[in-house]
Amino acid sequence: MLNNDIRKDFPILDQEVNGHPLVYLDSAATSQKPRQVIEAIANYYQNDNANVHRGVHTLGNRATEGYEGARETVRKFLNASSTEEIVFTRGTTTALNLIAQSYGRANISEGDEILITYMEHHSNIIPWQQLAKATGAVLKYIDLEEDGTLSLEKVSDAMTDQTKIVSMMYVSNVLGTMNPIKQITEIAHAHSAIMVVDAAQAAPHLKLDVQDLDCDFLAFSGHKLCGPTGIGALYGKKALLNEMEPIEFGGEMIDFVGLYDSSWKELPWKFEGGTPIIAGAIGMAAAIDYIESIGLGTIEKHEHELVAYAMEQMKTVEGLEIYGPRDSSKRAGIVTFNLEGVHPHDLATVLDMNGVAVRAGHHCCQPLMKWLDVSATARASFYLYNTKEDVDRLVEGLRMAKEYFQ
Amino acid sequence: MGNEKLDQLYRSVIMDHYKTPRNKGVLESSNVTIDMNNPTCGDVIHLTLQVEDDIVKDAKFEGEGCSISMASASMMTQLIKGKNTEDAVTAAHAFSDMMLGKDIDDSMDFGDIEALTGVAKFPARIKCATLPWKAMEKGIASDSE
Repeated sequence: MLNNDIRKDFPILDQEVNGHPLVYLDSAATSQKPRQVIEAIANYYQNDNANVHRGVHTLGNRATEGYEGARETVRKFLNASSTEEIVFTRGTTTALNLIAQSYGRANISEGDEILITYMEHHSNIIPWQQLAKATGAVLKYIDLEEDGTLSLEKVSDAMTDQTKIVSMMYVSNVLGTMNPIKQITEIAHAHSAIMVVDAAQAAPHLKLDVQDLDCDFLAFSGHKLCGPTGIGALYGKKALLNEMEPIEFGGEMIDFVGLYDSSWKELPWKFEGGTPIIAGAIGMAAAIDYIESIGLGTIEKHEHELVAYAMEQMKTVEGLEIYGPRDSSKRAGIVTFNLEGVHPHDLATVLDMNGVAVRAGHHCCQPLMKWLDVSATARASFYLYNTKEDVDRLVEGLRMAKEYFQ
Repeated sequence: MGNEKLDQLYRSVIMDHYKTPRNKGVLESSNVTIDMNNPTCGDVIHLTLQVEDDIVKDAKFEGEGCSISMASASMMTQLIKGKNTEDAVTAAHAFSDMMLGKDIDDSMDFGDIEALTGVAKFPARIKCATLPWKAMEKGIASDSE
């Protein structure tokens, strides 16, 4: 377990909510930000703020160095071979939409198949629905095992000669399932399909290596890994990105602009129209530095211990059902559940009155809720700053809710 | 742990309607059917009304949701039965005002429904309470078209 001292890096955790010390168990929605990230953003605005890639002046140079330095930080974080393969986006959603609209529109045609799973987040469903509607392609879903995991056999069975894109989350934001992305990528490539990875829930917790995974695209968001909102990154193989057209046009992304025709900058800037998210990128790089200074392996181990403890304790609450893998070693720091006789909204309100923040609802996964045959669930998600005491407070709140609604 | 604040939200009359909902089911004789959901949380309501000569003769609901949304649906159907459609819509507006913490017209006799005033103090739950009322308003508007 990580030392509790880590909590001192997160000023927000030191407060009372509804008369109780805050227990924040909603990091899968967004993580809290350490002082190091808040200071990096403040420092940028206080000392270096200027537009990038154009100023001859000193501040312009500093801002450009900060922004492009952040790209190098992301490259190393993902072990990509070149910063040309790192495009800054507003987040995972924007990145997935970019792939669907640019790569998808150019490469997908009628009868082609796009393969996703029932566990996907809406952001990895709707861009493909839209692409399928626009091109006449077919969107197909891989069924899940009874415990909410994926079997490689079912992945293989779902592949056909028409499969052109396989897109999948690395870690489920509801079930906590960790999908075998490397093996699935091999299967996709054996059928000449490209592999897209939604790493929004993986990047905060697991060491990523895009060269080892050999995926074609991978997207993640800064705000889930201790960084600010409004920034994320898309990794794409250079050969693919080179062939792709931008989907946003304007300043920053152009090479030459004529009256009736224009040309684009080289990679990665052709995908970054408009003044970029400079402070966001610098903040996200500070967040990556922060979690790497602690160690992703250490964070992952900490979460595994917390989840194992949480599942064990939660099972002692009568009428509590946990969704997803029963083996806690098979899941990331996420526990989604329902308490018999208490609707998740009511549960979240009771917990909030006790200072415990959890998420209630469909978690942007309506097809998965349907698969689970529930209309809503409650979710507790853990990160590096959570403790066993947080779990105890959750369980105490669950018992209280049970009693209150009896 | 103090339950006082929770008790303001979950008044006994609300819990009673949640546990023993009135007018639960589907009206065979309905001429107005409305499905509505709250996309942020997954609450759903299926409301059936029998409207004749601008009078709500009967109302039933089916749905899935939290105690607040289901109790609100139960109380709403009780209130509108026998009312003319104009009064039902006026009540829906008054209910919205109540959820925003505004004072409502004294002439509005909400009875048990006033137990839901506590919801105004829980901003995240207001949409739960208003869902059935919005469904009813939409249904009546569609009927008069």
